[in-house]
Amino acid sequence: MTAIEQDRARGAADGRREKSTRPSRIFRNPMAKLASLPMIFTALVVFVGGTAWTVFYSFTSSSLLPRTDFVGLAQYERLWTTSRWIVSIKNLAIYGVCSLVLTLVIAFVLAALLDRKIRGEAVFRSIFLYPFALSFIVTGLAWQWILNPDFGLQGLVRGWGWESFSFDPLNNPDIVMFGLLIAGLWQGTGLIMCIMLAGLRGIDDDIWKAARVDGIGTVKTYVRVIIPMMRPVFITALVLIASGIIKLYDLVVAQTNGGPGLASEVPAKYVINYMFQAQNLGQGFAASTMMLLSVVIILIPWAYLEFGGRKQ
Amino acid sequence: MSNVSDLNMGAIAGQIDSEPRGPRPRRRFSRANIFIYGTLLLVSVYYLLPLYVMIVTSLKGMPEIRMGNVFGPPMEITFEPWVKAWAEACTGINCDGLSRGFWNSVQILVPSVLLSIVIASVNGYALSNWKFRGSELFFTILIIGAFIPYQTMLYPIVIMLREIGLMGDLGGLVLVHTVFGMPILTLLFRNYFASIPEELFKAARVDGAGFWGIYFQIMLPMALPILVVAVILQVTGIWNDFLFGVIYTKPETYPMTVQLNNIVNSVQGVKEYNVNMAATLLTGLVPLAIYFVSGKLFVRGIAAGAVKG
Repeated sequence: MTAIEQDRARGAADGRREKSTRPSRIFRNPMAKLASLPMIFTALVVFVGGTAWTVFYSFTSSSLLPRTDFVGLAQYERLWTTSRWIVSIKNLAIYGVCSLVLTLVIAFVLAALLDRKIRGEAVFRSIFLYPFALSFIVTGLAWQWILNPDFGLQGLVRGWGWESFSFDPLNNPDIVMFGLLIAGLWQGTGLIMCIMLAGLRGIDDDIWKAARVDGIGTVKTYVRVIIPMMRPVFITALVLIASGIIKLYDLVVAQTNGGPGLASEVPAKYVINYMFQAQNLGQGFAASTMMLLSVVIILIPWAYLEFGGRKQ
Repeated sequence: MSNVSDLNMGAIAGQIDSEPRGPRPRRRFSRANIFIYGTLLLVSVYYLLPLYVMIVTSLKGMPEIRMGNVFGPPMEITFEPWVKAWAEACTGINCDGLSRGFWNSVQILVPSVLLSIVIASVNGYALSNWKFRGSELFFTILIIGAFIPYQTMLYPIVIMLREIGLMGDLGGLVLVHTVFGMPILTLLFRNYFASIPEELFKAARVDGAGFWGIYFQIMLPMALPILVVAVILQVTGIWNDFLFGVIYTKPETYPMTVQLNNIVNSVQGVKEYNVNMAATLLTGLVPLAIYFVSGKLFVRGIAAGAVKG
C-alpha cells in the first residue's frame, strides 16, 4: 500500500516537475521528433515546397522540362487569352453555382425530412449515402450510360412513342454541364445530408417546443430558427462543396472527357492536359497557380469566420 | 411504383402549412407523413436508379440492349459480360480484362493503407502527448496543405519520385497516397489520442515507459475504434483514386479505376455496354461492400474524412 502511495506521490511530483521544465525535458527525448519526421517532411517539403516550386516555375517559359528562364507574367497572359481556359472557367462557374445551391437545398431538405422521426430512417440514409462510396469514375460511367441518347433515357421515352423527345445533355454543348451536374449531385449530396442531419440532431428539442408554443409553423421554424442556428454546419458544408468543385476532374474524364468539343472542359483538366500531355509545363503551372489562388480566396474568409469569430 | 406517384399526389393536394396547431397526434397516415414518405421514396428512385440500371444492363446480352429498354429487367440473364469484363476486356494491346487492374489496385491498396495509418497514428500520438517546439506549426501547415489543390503539387512530386527512382512504380504511388492521406489521418489520431485521459500517459511515464513503449502498450490497443474508421476511410479513398493512379503509374501498373476508364471510353471497336457496366460494377464492388458491411462506422469515417475537403 505504502509503496503504491509513494509511487503516486512521486508521479504527482513528476507531473509538476514535468510542467516547469518541459522544454529541456523534451529536448532530452528526441524520439517524438524522429517519429514526426514524415509529417515535417510532408508539410514542409511536399506541401509548402511543392506549392512554392510550382508558383515559382509558373513565371518561366518551361515547356517540356522545367527551366529557369523567366518570362514574367507571359504564361498568365497566354492563359487568359486561351479560349479553352476561359471556357473551363465558365463551365466551372456554372457547375459550381448550381452544385453549391442544389447540394445545400437538396441535402438540407432530405436531412430535415429524415429528422421528422420517421420509420426506416436508416434505410433511407443508406440509400442517399451509398453513391458517396463510389468513385467519380464509376459515377461518370453509370450516368454516361443512362444518358446515352440511343439506348438510355432518351431512347426509352422515344420508344414509348414520343418521337420528338430530346434529352441528350452529353452531346449538347449548351447543357452538357447539367449532365455532369446530375451525376455530381447523385454522388455528393448524401455526404452533405449526413452532415446536415448531424447538425439537426444537435439542436435542442426545447427549440421545437418553444416554436410550437408560439404557434410557428414547421417550415417557418426551419427557415427562421433552425437554419440560422445551423450556421457553422452550413459553413462547413459550403467549404466542403466548394473545395470539391475546384477539384472536379475525374467525373469529367469519365463522363464526357471534356466534350463535345471543349464544352465540358474544367480547370483541373486543363492543368493535367498541359502538364502531362501537351508538354507545356509553364501553362500547367500558371493554371494550377490560378486554382491555388481561387482556393485561397475561398479559404481566407472561411478561416476568418471560423477562427476570428471564436475569439469574441 | 405507381403508389409512389399516388403518395406524391396526396402531398400536393394537402397543404403542409395549414396544419392544426399544438401537439400533433402521431397518426401514421397524416398528410405531413404522406408528403415526407412520398418525397423520400421519389428521391430514393433517383439514388437507386443508376445502381439498378448498371445491374440489369450487365446481365443482358447485346441484342437485348439494342432493343432499347434501359430500365427493363433482363429477359434472359447472362453472366457472360461479367466474365468478359473480368478476364477478356481490352485496353490497348492488353486483353486480360479488369483482373489486371484489380490486382494492381490490391497491390497499391494494402501497403498504402498500412503505411499511411502507421505513420499518421505515430504522428497523432506525438502531437497529442509529446508536443515539441514547432509541432503545432507543422501540424497547422499539414492541415492547410489538405486544402491546396493537388494540381499545384503534382509536378514537384514527379521530380521527387524520379530522384528516388520510384516514378511509374507502385511504390511511388504508395508514397503519394501516404503523403496525401496524412493530413486527415493525423488529425483523426491526434484528436483521438487527445481524448484519452492524460493520467494514463503520466502513470506510464512514471513506470518508466518511453515513447514507443507507451505507443505500443497503451495507445495503440486503445485506438482500435479509430483504427477501423481510418482503415475504412483509406480503403475507399485509395481504391477510388484516379488522378494519382493515372499520373504516377504506367499502363502495366494502372489501378482499377484508370483501367476501367480506359476500357469503357476506348474509341476502338464496337461498344459493348453490358461488358462496360459489368466492369463498372466490378470496380465499385469493393467500396460498396465496405459501405454496406461497416454501416455506421462508414458514416463516421466519411464525416471525419469530410474535413479533408
